[in-house]
Amino acid sequence: MTEHPRLAPRTPVTGRVGDSVQRPDAVLKVKGDFPYSSDLQVEGMLWGATVRSPHPYARIGSIDASEALASPGVRAVLTHEDVPGRKVYGLEIPDQPVLAFDVARYWGEAVALVAADSPEEARRAAHKVQVDYQVLVPLTDPELALTPDAPSLHEGGNVTRQVRIRHGDQNARAEVVVTGEYEIGMQDQAPLGPESGLAIPDGQGGVDLYIATQWLHIDRDQLAECLALSREKVRLTLAGVGGAFGAREDLSMQAHACMLALRTGRPVKIAYSRPESFVGHVHRHPGRLRYEHGATRDGKLVYVKARILLDGGAYASSSTAVIANACCFAVGPYECPNATIDGWVVYTNNPPCGAMRGFGSVQNCYAHEAQMDKLAAALSMDPVELRIRNAMKTGSSMVTGQVVEGPVPVADLLRRVRDVALPPATTSDPVDLTEMPGGVSNTTHGEGVKRGVGYAVGFKNIGYSEGFNDYSTARVRLSVVGGRPRVEVHTASAEVGQGLVTVQAQIAGTELGVSDVVVLDADTAVGSAGSSSASRQTYVTGGAVKAACEAVRERVLSLAQSEMGGLSADAGDGRRLENDAIVSADGAVVVHLATLLGEEVIEETREFHPRRTAPLDPETGQADAHLQYAFAAHRAVVDVDTELGLVKVVELATAQDVGKAINPQAVEGQLEGGAAQGLGLALMEEIQVKDGVIRNASFTDYLLPTILDMPPLRMQILELGDPHSPYGLKGVGEPPTISSGPAIVAAIRAATGRPLSRAPVRPHDIVDTSPLPS
Amino acid sequence: MKIACTVNGRARTVDGAWEGESLLSVLRDRMQLPGSKNACEQGECGSCSVYMDGVLVCACLVLGGQANDRTIVTIEGLATGTALHAVQQAFVEAGAVQCGFCTPGLVVATHDLLARFPEPSVMQIREALAGNICRCTGYAKIIDAVQLAARRIAVDEHSAR
Repeated sequence: MTEHPRLAPRTPVTGRVGDSVQRPDAVLKVKGDFPYSSDLQVEGMLWGATVRSPHPYARIGSIDASEALASPGVRAVLTHEDVPGRKVYGLEIPDQPVLAFDVARYWGEAVALVAADSPEEARRAAHKVQVDYQVLVPLTDPELALTPDAPSLHEGGNVTRQVRIRHGDQNARAEVVVTGEYEIGMQDQAPLGPESGLAIPDGQGGVDLYIATQWLHIDRDQLAECLALSREKVRLTLAGVGGAFGAREDLSMQAHACMLALRTGRPVKIAYSRPESFVGHVHRHPGRLRYEHGATRDGKLVYVKARILLDGGAYASSSTAVIANACCFAVGPYECPNATIDGWVVYTNNPPCGAMRGFGSVQNCYAHEAQMDKLAAALSMDPVELRIRNAMKTGSSMVTGQVVEGPVPVADLLRRVRDVALPPATTSDPVDLTEMPGGVSNTTHGEGVKRGVGYAVGFKNIGYSEGFNDYSTARVRLSVVGGRPRVEVHTASAEVGQGLVTVQAQIAGTELGVSDVVVLDADTAVGSAGSSSASRQTYVTGGAVKAACEAVRERVLSLAQSEMGGLSADAGDGRRLENDAIVSADGAVVVHLATLLGEEVIEETREFHPRRTAPLDPETGQADAHLQYAFAAHRAVVDVDTELGLVKVVELATAQDVGKAINPQAVEGQLEGGAAQGLGLALMEEIQVKDGVIRNASFTDYLLPTILDMPPLRMQILELGDPHSPYGLKGVGEPPTISSGPAIVAAIRAATGRPLSRAPVRPHDIVDTSPLPS
Repeated sequence: MKIACTVNGRARTVDGAWEGESLLSVLRDRMQLPGSKNACEQGECGSCSVYMDGVLVCACLVLGGQANDRTIVTIEGLATGTALHAVQQAFVEAGAVQCGFCTPGLVVATHDLLARFPEPSVMQIREALAGNICRCTGYAKIIDAVQLAARRIAVDEHSAR
C-alpha cells in the first residue's frame, strides 16, 4: 500500500458566528507541528527540480538530457515531449506551456524537469540539461506591445483583453479639469511558504497530489487535461498553505510533480527556493494610467476619462479579469455621471502577471485618489470634503450602469478616519531615533523631517464577476461520537491562513447548535468550493456550509417529529438546535441530539449559488457585472526626511464595512495584514525587471515591510449588514490592501509637495535630484 | 559527512549529509524536525530561527557541520510535554497566527527577547523582531502576543517566588 503523508490532525472547534473563536490549527502552528506542503515526506520519495529559461525570449531547439540522466541519483528527465496531454494550461486562456516548447517567453520559464534521490542531486543535474536556445529580442515595453509593428508573442496578437466603458455623455465638458499620469510597479505576493507539493502515483495510472493551492478543483481540471487522465484519476488534497494572496491561483509545480511521479512510479516532492518562487508564480500587474477628471466649480464630478494599460507579461493567467476590475473601479467609489474608460492588458516578455490581493482595484486607486487630491487643490477644497461630496450612496450608479445596493457608507468611512485624533508630533527630547525616518541608522535627529497626512478610499467586487459561475459545495455530517453530537464539515475550500477553517466551523456550530465541530481536510472528494480569492470564501463557502446545515437541521427536526411527535418540522414554531439539543422557543430542552440520533447519521450536501452576474458589454462596458461591493478608507500620517527621501509611516487609520464580522479577531487580522501589503507597494515592494530579467528575486533585494515599518493601525469596523449575503457579511480580505497605499502616498505628497505619480515611492522621487542650474 | 549534536535535549547523529548542507536542511530533511521553516533560505526572514548554544541564529545560515558538538533548540523543543510555552499560548490567544509560516521563527525570537528583556517596550519588541518577516498579520497582533506573554511570565515568576 502506498504511504501517504501525515496531514494536520483534526481539532474540534466550539464557537458561534460573531465570536473571536481561536483557529483550530493555531496550536499546531505555534509548536512547529503544522504540516505545510513543503514539510511533507514519505518513504522512497524523490525530489524534483526545474530547468528554467535563462532568457526572456528565445527559440528552443534541441534539448539534450544525456548528461543530466547520467548524473548521480537521477531517475528521470522530462521535457515538453513528455507532457501526456494538453501541452498548455491557463485559468482563462490555455496559453502557458506545461514545459516550454518552440519558444520560451519569459525569464525563468520552465523548460525541463529532473527527479533525483535528493534535492541537491536534482538541482545539480538540472544544470546539466543542455538546451539549445536561439536568443530573440524580448518585447518588454507594454506600450510597444500595443503597436501594430510589434512582434506577436501569441497567436491573435498581444492584446490579451481590451475593455471599453462608455457611460453617460461622451462629450461632457467641465469648468475645472485636472489630468495626471501614474505608474505602478510590479508587486510580489511573497507568501512565506514556497510553492511545493508531493505527488504520489497510485500504481494504476492515477495520482494523488498534496498541494498548497487556492483552488483544488481548477488545479485538478487543468492537471487532468495536461496529464490526459480522467478527473477521477487525479485526486488533490490541500496540504498546509503558507500564505497565498493570489500567488497560488495558477499552476506552478503541480503538473511537474505529477508527471515525474507517474513516470518514475515513485512519490515526488517539489519545493521551490525563494528565487525560484519569484519566477514560479504570477505577480501584480504593473500599470500605466492616464486620467482626466472634470468637475463643477463646487466640486461635483462631471466626467472621468481614463486610459489604463496593464502589463500582463508572457501568459494570460487571470489578466482578462484583472483588466475588467481595473476599468470597472477606475473612478473610485464616487458618483460620476459620465465616464470614458479604455483598458488594455497586453502580452510582453516580462514575468507573467495575474492575481494579487486587490485584483486590479489597487493600481487604479493610486490614480483616482491622486486625481481627487489634485482636483481638491484646483478647487481649493478640503480633499476629504471633495470626496464626501462625490461619495457613492445606496442606489448610486457604477460607471458600468449597475446600481449599487445595500449599505454604501463611503462618506461615513471617510468622516470616521478623518475624525480620529491625529497622533502627536514626534518631539521627544532627546530624539528617539527609532521614531525617526531612517530609524537607528541615525540619519536624522529631526532636521529636514516634515509631517504629512493623506486620505484614500477604495472599493472592489466581492466574488466572481461578469457571469462567471460562482458557487461552492459543502457536505455536513451530524453523528454521535463518544455520547456527544459531532458535526463534520467537508468542503474543498482552501484555508490559506485567512481563517476560513474557523469560519466554517463557527457557521456549523451556529446553525446546528453543536459544540463539537470538526472541519475535514479539503480535497477533491467533495464538490468544488471555487477559489480562495476575490474575498469570496466566507460568503460563498460560508453560504454552502449554512445551506447544508439547514438541510441537516430540517432532517433532525423531522426525525424528532417522527420519533416523538408533537414537533413541527418548520422552524416557525420557534424550536431550534442549541446546546447539543433541540430546544423550544423558550430555551427548554426538548430532546438531546445524542438521545435523538443514537446510531443515526445525518448527512447533507448542498451547493450555494449567489446571484448571477452578467458580462460587460464589449462596446459600452455596461452590465450588472458584480455580486457585491466592499469599501474601505484609510488615513495615513507620515514623517518624511525630505533631505534623504526616507519615510516613516507614523500611523494608519482605517474604517471598513464588513457587513457582519463572523470572527472579529480574524477580521482585524485581515485589516492589519492587508494594510501592511498596501504599505509595501507604496514604499518599498517592487520587482525590478530590466530587459525582461528580474534583478531582485530574493528577500535580500525585494523589500517587504517588517515590524519596524508597520505603524499602529486605528481600526473602525462597521457591521452594516448586506441584505443579500449570509448573515449580512461582506468579503473582508482585499479592501484593506486597496486604499492603504494611496493614502500613504498622499501623505508623502502633503509632506513634500512633490507630485509622486509613481508607486512605490522611491527616495529619489522625494528628493529633487535633478542637476542644479549652472 | 557525520554530524552529532544535541537537539531539543536529545543526542542526535546524522550520517550522509553533504558538506554544503545547511543546519536548516539537516533539521528538516534528516531529523524530521520541519518546524523551522524554509521561507527565504538566506537569513532575511527569520522563519528558521533556532538556538545554537543558547544564541539565536537563522538555521539556514549555519552549515550543518557547524552544529557538530553543539546544542540546538528548535521550535519543537519549547513546549513542555503537552503544555504550550507562555509565548506559544500568547500567540494563539492574541490572534498572531494566520498562515503560520513565520510563527515558529517569531515564537523562538520572542522567547529569546523575553529572556533578555522581560518587560520590553514596544520599540524593543520592534527592534528585536525586525529580522522576522510576517506576510499575513501586519504585526499588530504579534506585538499584542509578545506583551501578553511578557505579562504572563511576570505573573508566573511573581507567584513562584
